[in-house]
Amino acid sequence: MFGKLSLEAVPYDQPIIMVTVAAIVLGGLGMTGAITYFKKWGYLWKEWITSIDHKKLGIMYFIVALVMLIRGFADALMMRSQLAMASAGAEGFLPPSHYDQIFTAHGVIMIFFVAMPMVIGLMNLVVPLQIGARDVAFPFLNNLSFWLFAAGVILVNVSLFVGEFAKTGWLAYAPLSGLDYSPGVGVDYWIWALQISGIGTTMTGINFFVTIIKMRTKGMTMFRLPIFTWTSLCANVLIIASFPILTATIALLTLDRYLGMHFFTTDLGGNMMMYVNLIWAWGHPEVYILILPAFGVFSEVIATFAKKRLFGYNTMVWATVAITILSFVVWLHHFFTMGAGANVNAFFGIMTMIIAIPTGVKIFNWLFTMYRGRLEITSPVLWTLGFIITFTIGGMTGVMLSVPAANFVLHNSLFVIAHFHNVIIGGVVFGMMAGLTYWFPKAFGFTLNEKWGKRSFWCWITGFYVAFMPLYVLSFFGAVRRMQSYNNPEWQPLMIVAWVGALIIAAGIACTLIQFYVSIRDRKQNEDVSGDPWDARTLEWATSSPAPFYNFAHLPEVSSVDGFWEAKKANGGVPPISEPPYQDIHMPKNTWEGPVIALFATIFGFALVWHIWWLAIAGGIGMFATFMARIFNDDVDYYVPAAEVERIEREHRQRLKQKGDLAHSTRLEMQS
Amino acid sequence: MRRKKYLRVLSPLVLVSLALLLTGCDSALMDPKGQVGEEQRTLILTAFGLMQIVVIPVIVMTIAFAWRYRRSNRNATYSPDWHHSNKVEAVVWFVPCVIIAFLAVLTWYTSHSLDPHKPIQAEGDNAKDPIVIEAVSLDWKWLFIYPEQGIATVNELAFPEDTPVRFRVTSGSVMNSFFIPRLGSQIYAMAGMDNDVHLIADEQGVYPGRSTNYSGAGFSDMTFDAHVGSQQDFEAWVSKVRESSESLTFPDEYYDLAAPTEVNEIQYFSEVSPALYESIIKSFHAGGDHEERVAKYADSYADGFGHGHSDESHGESDESHGEPMSAEAAE
Repeated sequence: MFGKLSLEAVPYDQPIIMVTVAAIVLGGLGMTGAITYFKKWGYLWKEWITSIDHKKLGIMYFIVALVMLIRGFADALMMRSQLAMASAGAEGFLPPSHYDQIFTAHGVIMIFFVAMPMVIGLMNLVVPLQIGARDVAFPFLNNLSFWLFAAGVILVNVSLFVGEFAKTGWLAYAPLSGLDYSPGVGVDYWIWALQISGIGTTMTGINFFVTIIKMRTKGMTMFRLPIFTWTSLCANVLIIASFPILTATIALLTLDRYLGMHFFTTDLGGNMMMYVNLIWAWGHPEVYILILPAFGVFSEVIATFAKKRLFGYNTMVWATVAITILSFVVWLHHFFTMGAGANVNAFFGIMTMIIAIPTGVKIFNWLFTMYRGRLEITSPVLWTLGFIITFTIGGMTGVMLSVPAANFVLHNSLFVIAHFHNVIIGGVVFGMMAGLTYWFPKAFGFTLNEKWGKRSFWCWITGFYVAFMPLYVLSFFGAVRRMQSYNNPEWQPLMIVAWVGALIIAAGIACTLIQFYVSIRDRKQNEDVSGDPWDARTLEWATSSPAPFYNFAHLPEVSSVDGFWEAKKANGGVPPISEPPYQDIHMPKNTWEGPVIALFATIFGFALVWHIWWLAIAGGIGMFATFMARIFNDDVDYYVPAAEVERIEREHRQRLKQKGDLAHSTRLEMQS
Repeated sequence: MRRKKYLRVLSPLVLVSLALLLTGCDSALMDPKGQVGEEQRTLILTAFGLMQIVVIPVIVMTIAFAWRYRRSNRNATYSPDWHHSNKVEAVVWFVPCVIIAFLAVLTWYTSHSLDPHKPIQAEGDNAKDPIVIEAVSLDWKWLFIYPEQGIATVNELAFPEDTPVRFRVTSGSVMNSFFIPRLGSQIYAMAGMDNDVHLIADEQGVYPGRSTNYSGAGFSDMTFDAHVGSQQDFEAWVSKVRESSESLTFPDEYYDLAAPTEVNEIQYFSEVSPALYESIIKSFHAGGDHEERVAKYADSYADGFGHGHSDESHGESDESHGEPMSAEAAE
């Protein structure tokens, strides 16, 4: 009846897990109670869960990402604590069966359920506004993508207290992830969480690719696109081209595990290196999916706060395109030690280091944007400066790793761990924090507290160096990744230093949480009525904050790069205000089908993990039936009457008058 | 105020990195004991040094530009529309291109000269003929076979100094990686595949080695020591191994050894089946019976929560229930 599932699947004997579960259950009950008490279920359903508004979806992506960041970071703290203790015969507090799940979960969560939703969340919030569109090309699909992603998040979290998670490392290399060596349900959770959320990601890629190509406003030619949109476009091209590889690879592994096939087993013709090749053919583009939009954020931030046009716009675009293409011809550098011939290794090594050229050019372009600018050192700028320095160091260690003959001694060591945290924390995390601070007012109508933002930055950057520089050094002593304990007592002091670094980063995360609290408390003082709190350059700032659900009452027109900046200049330094008459606006309707399909997908995935076949069939039918219901549903759009638009815009103009006069006069003073 | 903040973050960083640099000098990679490792150290330092041509200016420019063009500094030039310069563009493309071109040549050259499959030509008067050692990764231990001597060991390696060693590397289980940091290059151990790496030690000593590629529960203790001594030392060691009463015949004794174990002791085998290494590789190929042979160990891998793992706190549940507790093993 319940397949492999029984009450014994709950790890009662693991105090760490049971306490976590208790906290989650209590927190969940508290939240459910509060929503019920304040009668907010209807509001949640109507305004958020069924919403097709790209801005709200963006916000939801970010909220989930921040929650998962805390879970993933708790894993990191446990790993660092374990390694600070488990020296020279000491076992630490995590046996391998638990430790191995933790490092796997940490990698999976941080990449798929923190970094990806942050990047996709920002794209959702910003891209349609930047190109002057009212929504994405396929609004229903956008909602469905989010909820499929959420289904993956749910499956990963359920694995915490029903069964176990994979003990294979985040990429689940075969044959270790095969049925012979991982007979538990851990790998199956990994499979279905990634498969379901991965399909959501693929649809996001298609959605935003079409949106950027087809829905640009009048005058927004490709070479007038804001750089964040350009980098998002390239990231989406990468998603479209690479995620099907992941889906196919996981599908083959699924066949191995569920139907006894032998694609990647050690015997009967299976080839493990086929798995490793395929997974990295997706895996390497994946890191550029994360970093390119972060590059875009820095480009927007630095130009805005330096009050200066981005240096070398065309170069920036071509460098991004070059990185996009090159990212598909470097995957073998993740396993030079496979033993391929010298020519093959040299080719992939050289291709890899060639990526350093466009990346280096980008860094110089940011520097020359600051040059002869008027740089306001706000917290987004601090994140950017921290990024440039940290990412440069990470890029350097990356090039060191790309030399095959050097890779033969650095591979699989802590050097690799230090390197990719160097670029992912220094690049993606810093970029997302900068983007979060920068676009927060556009989402919520008030700016974030600067003091706590800066504190968060200083903690993160100090913590990063204290945590990861020791790992570079330890790698030279032969310390490798994924060790649960080590017998060399000389490594312990540096392991403890790294642990202190993790604590400092924890303080940084705490600062961000305090920042949210303080900012929400003081939201009246920090209110942004103008819609343009930073005196910025691109179209998302041309509408009110928070943007109305239809984004723009009149679709804007642009005639150059930084169109909004030019429009302000032409208008005497103040943003042009939309005036009547208005027209009816064609908008998509909310959808119940997205969340329901994802709910069935969650059930489907859970049932397959535990081999509960009848439930899997029920889930599958549920998904299909809901999808059919959506297909035959013609009632998917409506017109916002011009009168309604006029009412909303009039209210906005009144607020602007009340508060705006003051804000504008101070800003003009600052500019002069 | 702003300057103080930079100092606050920079000074601990400088201190930490200095301390790290000093401790790094006698590390395995920076103080190698063989020709391969030495060339790799030079390569790492060369690549690192070359890239400082870009890295240091970038760091300096970041801080200098941010400071010089801060908003409160009204003495600095402000050109809000300056966004293109052929000169600057030429430099920022040219310099990285030159560095990468140089590195690319170095990469091409060293990929061939340090190709792990390439035999080492021993240099000098005391150069000796190469020997072959076969390394097999098992769960979770290393089996070393000496085909020329007809012996085998678990988790202990010995060979004479100044003697090129060809390690043939395969796996009897999942993928691992064979690595002795003081000597240089690692190579993957993959079931059914015959990989190799050529190494040499030019100094006597005991060099720790390990698997670097995560392979499951016992991975952390998949370590061994490589004892490098004189030719006499090596011969004495071989005689010691030959005194062992244990033998390693294929398939029965080999598959007993292949049972998953953690923190495996050193073992000596005075006799081994001829072509043991080849037999292990073939067991994964068409007609091989690897899967049936290891089927009896299947439960050992089902070490989910609540049972199975070797440490004491979990052992008791095994004994009291007499059967695996977790759901996946119960199937």
